[in-house]
Amino acid sequence: MKDMHEIRLTVNGHVHQLVVEARRTLADMLRHDLGYTGTHLGCEHGICGACTVILDGAPVRACLVFGVQADGTEVRTVEGLADGEQLSDLQQAFSDHHALQCGFCTPGFLMLAEAYLAEDTTPLTEEQARELVASNLCRCTGYQGIIEAVLATARARRPGRKPADEA
Amino acid sequence: MTVIGARLPRQEDPRLLRGRGRFGDDISAPGQLWARVVRSGSAHGQVRGLDVTEAAHAPGITAVVTAEDLPSRLVIPVRLAIAGTDLSDFLQPVLAADTVRYVGEPVAVVVGDDPYACEDAAELIEIDITERPAVLDARSPQNHQENVAAELTRGYGDTDAAFAAAAHVVRIDLAIGRHSGVPLEPRCLLAVPAADRGELDIFGMTKVPVWNRDLLADMLGLDETLIRVHAIDAGGGFGVRGEFYPEDFLIPWLAMKLGRPVKWAEDRAEHLMAVNHSRQQYHRIAAAFDDQGRILALEDDITQDNGAYCRTHGVAVPELTAAMLPGPYRVPAYRGRVRVVLTNKTPCGTYRAPGRFEGTAAREHLLDVAATQLGIDPIRLRMRNLLTPSEMPHERPISTLGTDLILDTGDYPALLAAAVREAGRLGYRGRTAAPGGNRRLGFGLAMFVEKSGLGPQETADVTVSKSGAVHVYSGGTSMGQGIETVLAQITADALGVDPRTVRVTAGDTAAQPFGSGSWASRSTVVGGSAVHQAALAVRERALQLAARMLEAAEEDLDLADGSVSVRGDPDLKTARLSLADIARAAAPASGYLKPGEPAGLTARRRFEVSHMTYPYGAHAAVVEVDTGTGRVRVLRYLVAYEVGRAINPMLVEGQLRGGVAQGIGGALFEEFRYDETGQPQAITFIEYRLPTAAEIPPVDVLLFQDAPSPGNPLGVMGAGEGGINAVGAAVANAVRDALRLPGGVGQLPLDPARVCALAQATTGQAIGGTA
Repeated sequence: MKDMHEIRLTVNGHVHQLVVEARRTLADMLRHDLGYTGTHLGCEHGICGACTVILDGAPVRACLVFGVQADGTEVRTVEGLADGEQLSDLQQAFSDHHALQCGFCTPGFLMLAEAYLAEDTTPLTEEQARELVASNLCRCTGYQGIIEAVLATARARRPGRKPADEA
Repeated sequence: MTVIGARLPRQEDPRLLRGRGRFGDDISAPGQLWARVVRSGSAHGQVRGLDVTEAAHAPGITAVVTAEDLPSRLVIPVRLAIAGTDLSDFLQPVLAADTVRYVGEPVAVVVGDDPYACEDAAELIEIDITERPAVLDARSPQNHQENVAAELTRGYGDTDAAFAAAAHVVRIDLAIGRHSGVPLEPRCLLAVPAADRGELDIFGMTKVPVWNRDLLADMLGLDETLIRVHAIDAGGGFGVRGEFYPEDFLIPWLAMKLGRPVKWAEDRAEHLMAVNHSRQQYHRIAAAFDDQGRILALEDDITQDNGAYCRTHGVAVPELTAAMLPGPYRVPAYRGRVRVVLTNKTPCGTYRAPGRFEGTAAREHLLDVAATQLGIDPIRLRMRNLLTPSEMPHERPISTLGTDLILDTGDYPALLAAAVREAGRLGYRGRTAAPGGNRRLGFGLAMFVEKSGLGPQETADVTVSKSGAVHVYSGGTSMGQGIETVLAQITADALGVDPRTVRVTAGDTAAQPFGSGSWASRSTVVGGSAVHQAALAVRERALQLAARMLEAAEEDLDLADGSVSVRGDPDLKTARLSLADIARAAAPASGYLKPGEPAGLTARRRFEVSHMTYPYGAHAAVVEVDTGTGRVRVLRYLVAYEVGRAINPMLVEGQLRGGVAQGIGGALFEEFRYDETGQPQAITFIEYRLPTAAEIPPVDVLLFQDAPSPGNPLGVMGAGEGGINAVGAAVANAVRDALRLPGGVGQLPLDPARVCALAQATTGQAIGGTA
């Protein structure tokens, strides 16, 4: 017998109510039950970070969280970053700095950086950005563009302050 | 103003950034079933029995199939056949029947409603295997001739005489570790049958879709036009994704057999033991020099550990290794011999810069050892032997991939000099190690020739629709390299339109049935040239129709910014015609069409080329080696690369930087190891160590556009593989420099154990303090 649970959660501001099997991962639930296919699965064991989403404000690996654990939570996925057709500043910075090639890992990096930048408002150094970006795997870019995009967004979000790496 | 050479933002970016890409597992079909492939857990053995009864009756399971259920004992043929080799005895069956030959070999498939249920049922299948000894070392004497799939030699001149007469002979052994492309998206296939119409839609064949379609049609006994492979996003290719694997038959066949859509999404452990491995070679390389340090001859004896079968690449990788080995140098006599040996490991295929990563590492490491032994500076030794512009084009009596090897153009010494200057300017040589401790710095350099633009052809269609949008249908595929952006720029340039009005479809076999795919750094060179020609043809046709519409002479008309105007008519007394106007005038029943003329503002063109074009470059690395822990850190990295002409330099730099990161992985971290029974030891990202941002330094790029390729109308050379080609070589040379080794490093990857052993071997000898 399948162990089914009824849960309710908010994804990018939309309330969803559904019945899921206890063992179903949050990633599979988001992708296949709710249609948020922007969350990608690269390893299903918590290393690559392609499935990173923001759960109640914190970045999590959606492959290591069960769907039922998201009951009552607020989830943000990559689909929730843009404002209508307008890319967010972070998304735009990724394009400007050629921070993506195949784009498969990109949603994970975006959500990782989005969570970090929302929480930590101290100036971001190049070294800190590199450490942050080292949480996830990218096979295409060599990371340079991703680090630059995160730094550029961090700078731009601190108007009137001196950029951290020039201070 | 041409848009060629502009750093335009990528057309692919908005959808990928918004999570609206269409990767394999993002696509589903109503009523689809899921498949789980059951794989051998033994490296070598006789299959005594396969009990699927319990699995077949598990909840939610529709079917379980084994080799017995297949139409016949199907094997997967070679795509890149090399003349003179017969590999028919070594091809991989779709499902293993009597014998399993590597851990991960498919033996059965479970199909059901839900992927979780399929995985559960797969565990219920009992495979009774009588184990046999596993062959794991391609060099071991237990490897009898029956395990040799092929032997081939490439070369010219009398190497024996040259070695006999040489003032110096330098020889090293270098083992290259088994690693591979490992794209971040695992493989995925969705096959959707329309049984009553006999049609089949496929999502997930993303490298050579037309070739795979044709082979699949052949294996299924279908007309090939009934199969449509769709253009989707691919999460990285790097050589491995999109070759025809057992699953590429199994999933469509199951869909046809069951009359329902079937999806298969590989997991990471499967990927690491099922997808093509690559690179594992043992080089015994030697060079003969005269007393001035001039190369008289080069020879290399190579053993390739090819794994359990010959897959679609056949022996292309070892052939490329031997053919490309002399690189950018003047080599009067050369002999490269390769033995392709089968072992009980995952079969091998291509990985970005196949054969060149390996061969460049062997040759360039040999040159550094030779420089030490001859007492010549390594850069001067290279300069002395590089081919000069006056010797170009340089034809080597070697064939590779069925083409004659003609180094077409370039100034190798100038590029090397520029790279050395740039490394100096950036302070690569003046750095000192952190004081105290076990840390030593090393500088390494390597020079190489790449190949790109493999023919024989690519076909492109360019069509202007009635809205004025320009549609390009290319046979290439989109896997992250930016093909949509690059082809849009080429189209915009040739046609005279804004690149943002150009929409590229890459790899849809219905839209472009004559494509040859994206691989071998061919998409910009061959695919781009086809698009260029088709766009020029559309331009010509647009001007012809506009002349009729304006009652003007064609030669008085100009097409720019998406519209046609009369030259020398600054006041615009004559109306401008937009491409949309002209496309409507080309519609059926238009009065502007002459009787018998086909409707539509469209052209199909084929670009054919019989020779590859050869970009070239130099890499330089600064490493810090901790002789206590064996840890190697790459501190700085420079790529100097000639591409003839960069359509979008931002994308070229991206290709080079990404290639370097992968190369550092192969040089230091990534390896598919096996235990003594043939069990793979790297089946998660914990053991298979892809580099993170913490391991990859900022990469300096020096991009040259000084040697346009004479072989295509755009003058372009491929950029996909120049970033990775010489990383093994440059890193090995830098570590050798740091440790002041008299000989070579012996093997890649330079993992901590190996580095500690090398460091200990030099203990007692004076090791210099700084680089």
